[in-house]
Amino acid sequence: MTAARQHDPFVRDLLGRGDYAIFSEIVAPQTCVLDLGCGDGELLSWLAENKDVDARGVEMDAAKVQKAIAKGVSCYQGNLEECLADYPDGAFDYVILSQTLQEVRRPLQVMNEMLRVGHRAIVAFPNFGHWRVRLAHLLTGRAPKTTRFPHEWYDSPNIHFFTVDDFEILVAKENWHIEKRVFLDDNREVKMLPNLLAETAVYLVRRKS
Amino acid sequence: MVVSTQTKRFDSLELDCGVTLAPVDVAYQTYGTLNADRSNAILITHAFSGDAHAAGIDPQTQQKGWWDSMIGPGKGFDTDQYFVICSNVLGGCRGTTGPGSVDPATGEIFGMTFPVITIGDMVRLQARLIESLGIERLLCVAGGSMGGMQVLEWAARFPDRVASAIPIATTPRHSAQQIAFNEVGRQAIMADPDWNDGNYYGGKLPGRGLAVARMVGHITYMSDESMRQKFGRRQREDQGIFEVESYLRYRGSQFVDRFDANSYLYITKAMDLFDLAAGQQSLTAVLERSKTKFLVISFTSDWLYPSYQSQEVVNALRRRNQDVAYIELTSKYGHDAFLVEVDEQTEIVKGFLHRVTKGVNRR
Repeated sequence: MTAARQHDPFVRDLLGRGDYAIFSEIVAPQTCVLDLGCGDGELLSWLAENKDVDARGVEMDAAKVQKAIAKGVSCYQGNLEECLADYPDGAFDYVILSQTLQEVRRPLQVMNEMLRVGHRAIVAFPNFGHWRVRLAHLLTGRAPKTTRFPHEWYDSPNIHFFTVDDFEILVAKENWHIEKRVFLDDNREVKMLPNLLAETAVYLVRRKS
Repeated sequence: MVVSTQTKRFDSLELDCGVTLAPVDVAYQTYGTLNADRSNAILITHAFSGDAHAAGIDPQTQQKGWWDSMIGPGKGFDTDQYFVICSNVLGGCRGTTGPGSVDPATGEIFGMTFPVITIGDMVRLQARLIESLGIERLLCVAGGSMGGMQVLEWAARFPDRVASAIPIATTPRHSAQQIAFNEVGRQAIMADPDWNDGNYYGGKLPGRGLAVARMVGHITYMSDESMRQKFGRRQREDQGIFEVESYLRYRGSQFVDRFDANSYLYITKAMDLFDLAAGQQSLTAVLERSKTKFLVISFTSDWLYPSYQSQEVVNALRRRNQDVAYIELTSKYGHDAFLVEVDEQTEIVKGFLHRVTKGVNRR
C-alpha cells in the first residue's frame, strides 16, 4: 500500500478509471512503457506528461490510433497478439494490458510475451468471480456480464471468463512473481475476499529471476 | 504566402555511379523562419513529379504549391513554428541540375549523357543544401511516395542529423510491379520518334510518349473506387469519349508542358534502383544506428505503395525497439491519398511534431 492510499480509503480516480489510477501509482518515472490496446492514448499521454515516460502503444482501430498519435503518443496500428513477437527481449520496463486479457485468443501466450518484452507486466482484468456475476448466472442461467462489459454473449469481445482465483492459479503454475495486486469495486479498493468482491483486478507481475 | 524559388550552386557532387557532377545547382524554397538555435528546420522531400514549390503562391504562375494544404501558417507543417525547406531533386527539370541542363564539359545539353542517379545522390545533395543553410540537424524530414524513399534514405545515412522522419505511402524498395509500371512509362517515351535518343531539346518534344507515360502513372495513383466515383462510365457528349479518357488525356498533355521526358527516365530509374537494405543484412541493420523518431503513414486503398511495404519498415524499427508510430489511414483515394487526405494527416503530423520538438528542446 502506498502512503497516498493509506490516508484515502478510496482509490484515486484517474481519467475516470480506478485501474488507471493504480497504473499511474505503479509506473516509475522516466521508464519505458508499452500499452497494449492503448485506445486513443489517454493513459499513455498522461504518463508521458506526468511521469516523463517513453510511451508506446499498440492499437488496432485506425480512428483511435489517429487520436493517439495526435496526442503525441508513439502508437503502432496493429494486432496486439501478433505484434509482440517483433519486439526484442526486455525492451520495456512495463507492458500494460488493461481490460483486454479476457479478449485475446491465447492469454497465456500473451502473458509470456509481455514478460519477455517487458521487465514487468501490469494486467487489469474484469473478475468474472464477482458476486453479482455469480448471482446473475445462478438466477438467470445466462452468460456472464459485468458493469463494464454488459454485452450479450454473441457480440461480446470477451472470450475467456476467468476470475481472480483462476489468475492466481496460473501465476503459481507459471512460477511468476506477483509484486503487487490491487482489487477494485466501482473504483473503490477491495481489501478482502477479492474473488467475490472485486469487479476489477490489477496485477503487477514479473518473472522470477 | 507568396514564395520564390532560390538556387544554390555547389562545386561538385560525387555520385553513386562514380561520376562527379560539377557544378551542381539546387532549386529550393523556404517557408517560415529559422529559429536562433536552428532547431526548427523541416525538409520536405517531393514525389516523382513534384518540385521545390511545395507551398504558397508562385508569383509568376499564381499556382499553389503541391503540398500547400499541409504546409503554411497553422497547417500540419506549421510555418509559424517551423522553418520548412523543399528542394527540387537531382535529375529534375525544375531548376536543379538534370538531363536538361548544360554539361559544362561540352557546352551541350546532357540528354542521355547525364549520369545514372540514385535516391542516395538526391539525398546527399539535399544534405549539402541543408549544411549551406547552417542547419546541423533537421527537426524532421517528411515526404510521400518517392519523397518517402528520400526520407528513409536520410534516416539511414544521416541518423544523427534527423531528429524525426515521416515517410508516407512509400517503400524501402520497389517491387516488380512498381518497376513494371515505370518501365511502361519509359518505353512509351522512348517509342516516341520525337524522343530521338534524348536529343530533342530545342526541337519538337516527345510529347505523345511523355503524355502516355503520365496517363499510366495517373491510373496507378487512383483506386478502383475513386475512379468509379469520379468518372464511372460517364461520357463527354461533345467528344464522344469516356470521362476517364478525357481526364487522362488532359493530365497527360498538361504534364508535357511542365516535365522533361529525360528527367522522367532518370528519376523513375532512380526509384527502381532504390533498395534501402542493399548490401546490408536486413532493414533492421540499416536503421539500427538511427535515434530518429518515426511516423509512418500508409493508406488502405493505395495499391501502388501497399501498406505491407510501409509495415516492413515499421517492423524493422520495432525489432530494435526504435520509436515508431504507424497508422494505416482509411482512404478511397489510392496513392493520391497522401496529397488529398489533409485533415487526418494534419492532426497526426501536428501531434507528432509537437512531441519531437519537446524532445529536441530537452536535449
